Amino acid sequence: MKKSMKKLLSLGLAIAMAASLTACGSGKASEGTTAAGTETKGETQTTAAGGAATGEGTIKIGGIGPISGSTAIYGQAVKNGAELAVNEINANGGINGAKIEFNFQDDENDTEKSVNAYNTLKDWGMQLLVGTVTSAPCIAVGAESSNDNMFQLTPSGSAVDCTKFENQFRVCFSDPNQGAASAQYIGENKLATKVAVIYDSSDVYSSGIHDKFISEAANQGIEIASDEAFTADNNTNFSVQLQKAQDSGAELVFLPIYYSQAALILAQAKQMGYAPAFFGCDGLDGLLTVENFDTKLAENVMLLTPFAADAKDDLTQKFVTSFKEKYNETPNQFAADAYDAVYAVKAAAEKAGVTADMDASAICDKLKTAMTEISINGLTGENMKWSADGEPDKAPKAVKIVNGVYTAM
Amino acid sequence: MMSFISYFINGLSLGSVYAIIALGYTMVYGIAKMLNFAHGDVIMIGGYVVFTVVSTMGLGPVAGILLAVILCTVLGVVIEGVAYRPLRMASPLAVLITAIGVSYLLQNIALLVFGSNPKSFTSVVTVPALKLADGKLTISGETIVTIISCVVIMIGLTTFIKKTRAGQAMLAVSEDKGAAQLMGINVDGTIALTFAIGSALAAIAGALLCSAYPTLTPYTGSMPGIKAFVAAVFGGIGSIPGALIGGLLLGVIENLSKAYISSQLSDAIVFAVLIVVLLVKPTGILGKKINEKV
Repeated sequence: MKKSMKKLLSLGLAIAMAASLTACGSGKASEGTTAAGTETKGETQTTAAGGAATGEGTIKIGGIGPISGSTAIYGQAVKNGAELAVNEINANGGINGAKIEFNFQDDENDTEKSVNAYNTLKDWGMQLLVGTVTSAPCIAVGAESSNDNMFQLTPSGSAVDCTKFENQFRVCFSDPNQGAASAQYIGENKLATKVAVIYDSSDVYSSGIHDKFISEAANQGIEIASDEAFTADNNTNFSVQLQKAQDSGAELVFLPIYYSQAALILAQAKQMGYAPAFFGCDGLDGLLTVENFDTKLAENVMLLTPFAADAKDDLTQKFVTSFKEKYNETPNQFAADAYDAVYAVKAAAEKAGVTADMDASAICDKLKTAMTEISINGLTGENMKWSADGEPDKAPKAVKIVNGVYTAM
Repeated sequence: MMSFISYFINGLSLGSVYAIIALGYTMVYGIAKMLNFAHGDVIMIGGYVVFTVVSTMGLGPVAGILLAVILCTVLGVVIEGVAYRPLRMASPLAVLITAIGVSYLLQNIALLVFGSNPKSFTSVVTVPALKLADGKLTISGETIVTIISCVVIMIGLTTFIKKTRAGQAMLAVSEDKGAAQLMGINVDGTIALTFAIGSALAAIAGALLCSAYPTLTPYTGSMPGIKAFVAAVFGGIGSIPGALIGGLLLGVIENLSKAYISSQLSDAIVFAVLIVVLLVKPTGILGKKINEKV
């Protein structure tokens, strides 16, 4: 079945190419037309010969993220969340009448594989990119996408440089903003006055949050009792870092790291009989889905996240219900970020009047301005707005894990 | 003071795991004169077997460790028979490359079978933590069991080599392969036995490593494998007590430098110490001086 589809597709493509070649003189029968041709398969020839029709066809949106590897939970969530939004939009008439075609590629959280995935998507005919999911690949792909003038909206790439170029926007908070917001949250809610930090100095995400947290902590009257790092090559034995935190008398340990190491830290803290409060950022999201992880260890862990699945508003409820129905899983904030990202693209594309026959560069030029003019009510914040430097404007929220589920604080 | 003791004991525990792994390296090197770089990945396979038996099939930890020991022993013998035995006469470089190949093969098989998502390992240790000095010093059950296992294994192995015929045959093969064969010793069988013992130890090391640091990925074995190799060289490769001393020293240095110098530079410090030791004593702490005949 799959093979014959491929054959049919390649046949369709060949015919479309031949048609566009013969139609060369008539002008703009380029990319968009070919894309429409592949979609309708059998009728390729007529569509191709007929030229690009406005208000129809498909807008090709690419996605990139890790759906295997140690950060697979993020990529999978983004993929599912974005697909859900795409399906909803398509069922309700698409963007300006054009249907969305979504193609998600795996990058295993590896910069090289991510750039390869980007090139694969470009060959496929991607017109704009929702991605990538993790920071380091996002920065690598950003260098390419800015060269190509390809619009890029990352749901969750939080490193500062993820929005370095003017074609890049993000849905989540940037790392420094997360670090500052965490310090403010801990200070304002009087969660602790003596805080220990354990972070990954070899990771741009982790050290980015760490630096801003340390500088903001001083303004909030928080004393940094112990500040210890680890590196990617030495990330299984945390006995020393935890011991130092314990000796310093810290009431709260701040973990601006990813969930796989956090799971280890929680287990080792239990082994040594140390039970402070733990507070993390969006990297901890996914903790509860680690295979065979004892969720009791995560009890009372707090994390800064823009999305709590148990929130009572209609939008969240509707999203959580349909997500559970489709994927049999409670969505995390990455799924919500991705869902918002697709709707932000829709809002901006409608505002700018983007149509399926425009090429990537033209779409990018239009969306760049449109993004700063829209305001959407999303899952991760009400009245989300964007500035021209790509940063979102919304209020931070935190959740606490109680009985194995996120509970709004 | 309490925290120093705690760092030290945690270092001993880490060092004990390194020592058990280093034994596998050092025995194989001593007898077959080759570096088995796939050793670290046998540890990972052992970890996955224990994980599957205990967490997926719901059997007890003892059954898990036993099965892991059996499977890893078989795996070790098969690797030796398929990948290394045909190369017995080849250059050491060819064998080294093969070993690296086997290492990648094992990692990729694990990637295929278990996927790359990290799994949280349920500790096989049921010993409760020890609280000393009014609860100021807590030594986890994992730490106690790891250190004791290391000591028991070391005594057992030394006795085995000194007191049994098979052990004596190992010594003979390590001294001179050709002469041993002339004396009627089955060299291939002895080398296979060495791999079997080394791999069985790897399975135990896997269970202990994953219990103390409860995460499991297809790459779990590679970093400890490299560190244990360093420990074996540190103590004098080919020497069994050397592996113990090297492993323990490495673990303690790593933990103390993390605690008192820098938690980020601990690996660099470990390797710097290795370089200094090798400059002073090129064959390692307990290494034999080898007289090359010209």
